[in-house]
Amino acid sequence: MIDALIWVILIPLLGGLVAVLFPRIAGITGILSTAGMVFACLVLIKLVADSGPQVYLVGGWSAGLGISLYADGLSSLFLLMTAMIALAVSIYASSYFRQSHLRLHYWPLWLLLLSALSALLLASDLFNIYVTLELLGISAVALTALDGKRPAVEAAVRYLVLGLLGSLGFLAGVALLYAAYGSLDLATLATRIQPGAASWAAAALMTAGLMIKTALFPMHFWLPPAHANAPAPVSAALSALVVKAAFYLVLRLWLDLFGVSLSGGVSTLIGLLGAAAVLWGSWCALQAERLKVLAAYSTVAQIGYLFIFLALILEMPVGIPRDEAIAGLMLMALSHGFAKSAFFLSTGIIQQRQGHDRIKELAGAVQGMPVTTFTLALAGIALIGLPISGAFLGKWQLIDGALYLHDWLLALVVLAGSLLASAYIFRVLGQAFGNSPYPTKVLSIGMQEIPAMVLALIATLVLGLASGPIWPFLEVTVMSGRAGM
Amino acid sequence: MLSVQMIYGLAGVLLFTFALRVALSQVAFLRRVLAINVAGAGLFLVFISAAYKGAGQPADPVPHALVLTGIVVAFSATALAIALARRLHRPSDDD
Repeated sequence: MIDALIWVILIPLLGGLVAVLFPRIAGITGILSTAGMVFACLVLIKLVADSGPQVYLVGGWSAGLGISLYADGLSSLFLLMTAMIALAVSIYASSYFRQSHLRLHYWPLWLLLLSALSALLLASDLFNIYVTLELLGISAVALTALDGKRPAVEAAVRYLVLGLLGSLGFLAGVALLYAAYGSLDLATLATRIQPGAASWAAAALMTAGLMIKTALFPMHFWLPPAHANAPAPVSAALSALVVKAAFYLVLRLWLDLFGVSLSGGVSTLIGLLGAAAVLWGSWCALQAERLKVLAAYSTVAQIGYLFIFLALILEMPVGIPRDEAIAGLMLMALSHGFAKSAFFLSTGIIQQRQGHDRIKELAGAVQGMPVTTFTLALAGIALIGLPISGAFLGKWQLIDGALYLHDWLLALVVLAGSLLASAYIFRVLGQAFGNSPYPTKVLSIGMQEIPAMVLALIATLVLGLASGPIWPFLEVTVMSGRAGM
Repeated sequence: MLSVQMIYGLAGVLLFTFALRVALSQVAFLRRVLAINVAGAGLFLVFISAAYKGAGQPADPVPHALVLTGIVVAFSATALAIALARRLHRPSDDD
């Protein structure tokens, strides 16, 4: 049964191979592989919930010699989110790319990206993390450049160069840690690491590299062009999953590895950058003229919240408030993933239907595309963090944590960010609900609208109203991590 | 007193720093990609110097395996970068 760990990586990889060999059945292969991933993730979550973290030694080689995979609450929750979003995006893409030659290139790259994501979330040593990070980066860049038009290729080139710089920083940190402590395995390193020049330099290099990849302010500038020029299913995956994977690594490194011995001034810096990202990202989203650009800047802002959360968690002593903050952080990351993918998918429907995504010319959207507009509104609720959405509970924990540490400034930033977010979401909805001078008839594309709506419903209703049963699992995500091994 | 290992390690760090400086400055795309490759080579040197375990001792095999993997990764990333750059410089035929 422990094979669920390896299947999560193998299923999309095999699916990608089938998609290369038999392009005719690529779409159905994509849907079936992602459905298989969802199933494998559910099995994995059940295993982790019942019997704690799972380890799998690839090929039977022991850790240190071979590759070992590791799944705890943190990674299995991120995996389940990835798989569910991937399934919805695949169903959507099979209809979105139906008449386009792009599907020939889309499916293999998309399945390769998913395989890299799963491998990254399950990797348990630093070098494999580096390799999966590069795999993820390369497939994401290729997907960004998918339509081959000039703006998309320019964005992809910039994304690639910055991504490579980010990975170099990460690799430099890995080299330093190996030279200093003679191990790459995260669990072994966590027991050996001491405060000192090597650890500090490694932490700084790795964190800086990953900050480029998560597009934390002020290294966010590559994200809006890359995410706004890619086809909708790609933007959804990039914004909801790829950026989040790099954040997962930051979280993993600081909670499991560096947080134990190093912290102090770092958390202040991370918190400040996060706060700046929230304000600047929301402000730019408010100015955006196109729906996709708005969604991309909103991702910059949402990543800011996650970093504010991390800063607070690093300052908290181990105890119940810290566990609750970690659970809140998870809830916020998950609901952003679902909401943002729903938002991008709906934007794609509008773009295909109207031929553009200019916010000022959205009038009549609600008459012509009622389901899509509803989905946009639902996703918007989760992005603002209004009550009943998962993000509301997350933000509540965030403000709670800030007040617990008497950090009034951060609490104010969170409130200001929410206000700006409601301004940019209601600006879109205000236009969409306007009457069109030329009434259009309702046209519904179930294959595209239903997956987007299901994602938005998960972000608002499931993670909000039904978070009671998930909460205990969220709280133990990191407690059952390496520190206790 | 600098040991051989230290010299190699420091050379790697220097190479990495210089190349990173070039990669971060505003230069032509190709120079940037080359600089990233040189920076990578500097890191590989650091890895390899960490493998040295003293005269007569067998070297640690792990860094060598890592560097081999790293070279493959760097190669494919460079290939993708150059393919994309070629695409940008090709006269547009699709729009």
